[in-house]
Amino acid sequence: MTPLVLTLRGHPDQRLDMSALVPQKLAGKSIREIERIEIQTTRERVTLGDAFKIRKGSPAAVRLNGGSDRLDRIAAEMSDGEIIVEGDVGQQAGCQMKGGRLLICGSAGPWAASGMGGGTIEIGRHAGERLAGPLNGETAGMRGGLVIVRGNAGEHVGDRLRRGTIIVEGHAGRFAGSRMIAGTIILVQSVGAMPGTLMCRGTIVMADKTCELLPTFSDCGRQDLVFARIMASALRPVSTRAAALIRRPLRRLAGDMAALGKGEIWLVD
Amino acid sequence: MRTLEVKGIRIDDTFAEAFDMRAAALVITAHSRRWARQAAVTMSGFGTSVIACGCEVGIDRELLPKETPDGRPGVRVLLFAVSTSELQKQLQNRVGQCVLTSPGSACYAGFESTGEKLKLGNALRFFGDGWQISKRVGMRHYWRVPVMDGEFICEATTGLTKQAVGGGNLLIMGAVRQTTLAAAEAAVRAINGVADVIMPFPGGIVRSGSKVGSKYRALAASTNDSYCPTLKGAVPTVLDRDIGCVLEIVIDGLTDQSVADAMRAGLAAILKLGPKKGALRVGAGNYGGKLGRHHYHLRDLLP
Repeated sequence: MTPLVLTLRGHPDQRLDMSALVPQKLAGKSIREIERIEIQTTRERVTLGDAFKIRKGSPAAVRLNGGSDRLDRIAAEMSDGEIIVEGDVGQQAGCQMKGGRLLICGSAGPWAASGMGGGTIEIGRHAGERLAGPLNGETAGMRGGLVIVRGNAGEHVGDRLRRGTIIVEGHAGRFAGSRMIAGTIILVQSVGAMPGTLMCRGTIVMADKTCELLPTFSDCGRQDLVFARIMASALRPVSTRAAALIRRPLRRLAGDMAALGKGEIWLVD
Repeated sequence: MRTLEVKGIRIDDTFAEAFDMRAAALVITAHSRRWARQAAVTMSGFGTSVIACGCEVGIDRELLPKETPDGRPGVRVLLFAVSTSELQKQLQNRVGQCVLTSPGSACYAGFESTGEKLKLGNALRFFGDGWQISKRVGMRHYWRVPVMDGEFICEATTGLTKQAVGGGNLLIMGAVRQTTLAAAEAAVRAINGVADVIMPFPGGIVRSGSKVGSKYRALAASTNDSYCPTLKGAVPTVLDRDIGCVLEIVIDGLTDQSVADAMRAGLAAILKLGPKKGALRVGAGNYGGKLGRHHYHLRDLLP
């Protein structure tokens, strides 16, 4: 399948709302119609044709050559297909995504995967803060799917995570898994202070034994968790590092007892 | 009855009559092969016949660690019942009392179905008293239930098939118990190699074949007197003078084809053993073809 290729003409003069560039909204449109799609976020009108050179291809596979931290809401509400970005993206990448695959070869801004319900997002470099977290006024963050960050992630990874799995292969900032409702976060390298603050349910898996943990987590000791085997097996194809972490001997810390206390941190023993 | 003779063994020109059933499959794992099998055997107990046990249960096969969801040794168990509601009840009771209780066990769906599903962990999770944890991995949904040796992992649902067949059978007739049993055991060994079937009776063999009805009103089934060697002369018998023992193998399968394959494998094993060491004659049980829609003619299953 030949992808629809968009090549960025230059650094955008304003932030651009890329949410129209998803396979289900592009289906059946001609190149001319795609070029006329408006993506501005100010009163100054900008179309896709103004910002990108567009090469004909199947809208089920979209490829963006060149990136910018001003490209916001890439793959927002995407339900199927694939979008590959050869560069950085701005905020809310993959927000409200329902299916399909988003690959960002560079870094993503804050609130990537916010409200995501399904599909896969892979970020080749770093993710900003509040990865998969809720926007202001929302009660829950990510609701399903898989997010993989090959580099570092900012503070509050998985804030109010409702369901789904997040893997951060690099450093994760403070308060990872804060206010988690459920779901799974796997933090392969170093972790900032106080992961799992006020988490109700859900699982945080982490390797960093030097991390500053809250006193409101109670140590259940080393556990031979059968479920860890299932997770490791399922994650091996997408992250061998996460799978290897989960297969190591693990302690279970139950918490946060300051909240519901039905969550857990699996800490490498 | 007309018979064919193959390798010195008389084959009745008749058919086994089998019935549509509902079935489910489970994969039970544990930290060792021994404990996975223990849980499966316990769960299969008192699961020989739907007449009085509610369902028919048996081990399909053992699974290598690489074949199970958690990478531990496992056993695949099949359950058959006459209705979906009875199958659900039996599944819940048996897994709850026999698998959940077994050290280190975990329980998963034995096959997926796109349509109707049966509750597995979705029913048993309440044992966790609020401490159970729901986890989705890919398209699969699991429950982690805290128990005294750690956690019981149980998949939320398991598939249901309405294409299952129960009641495939072979009647193995020999001169004495020793040779007849040898033929039956050879057939069981061969059928164990066929996928998606179980033989729910003890060791796969039943010595008390039944007929429909009884002189006693309370009983729905009673001894198949025409096959009882001790009643020759007292009742209309189908046994020849040289037959002194009859054993039956009953086969349930997930598909019509799997039952046919199992009967074919069993028949071949009996013929291979020969009449001196094994059976003198092989027949099959039916009800005149009026009760079950699956008919397995022995002449079509000969090797």
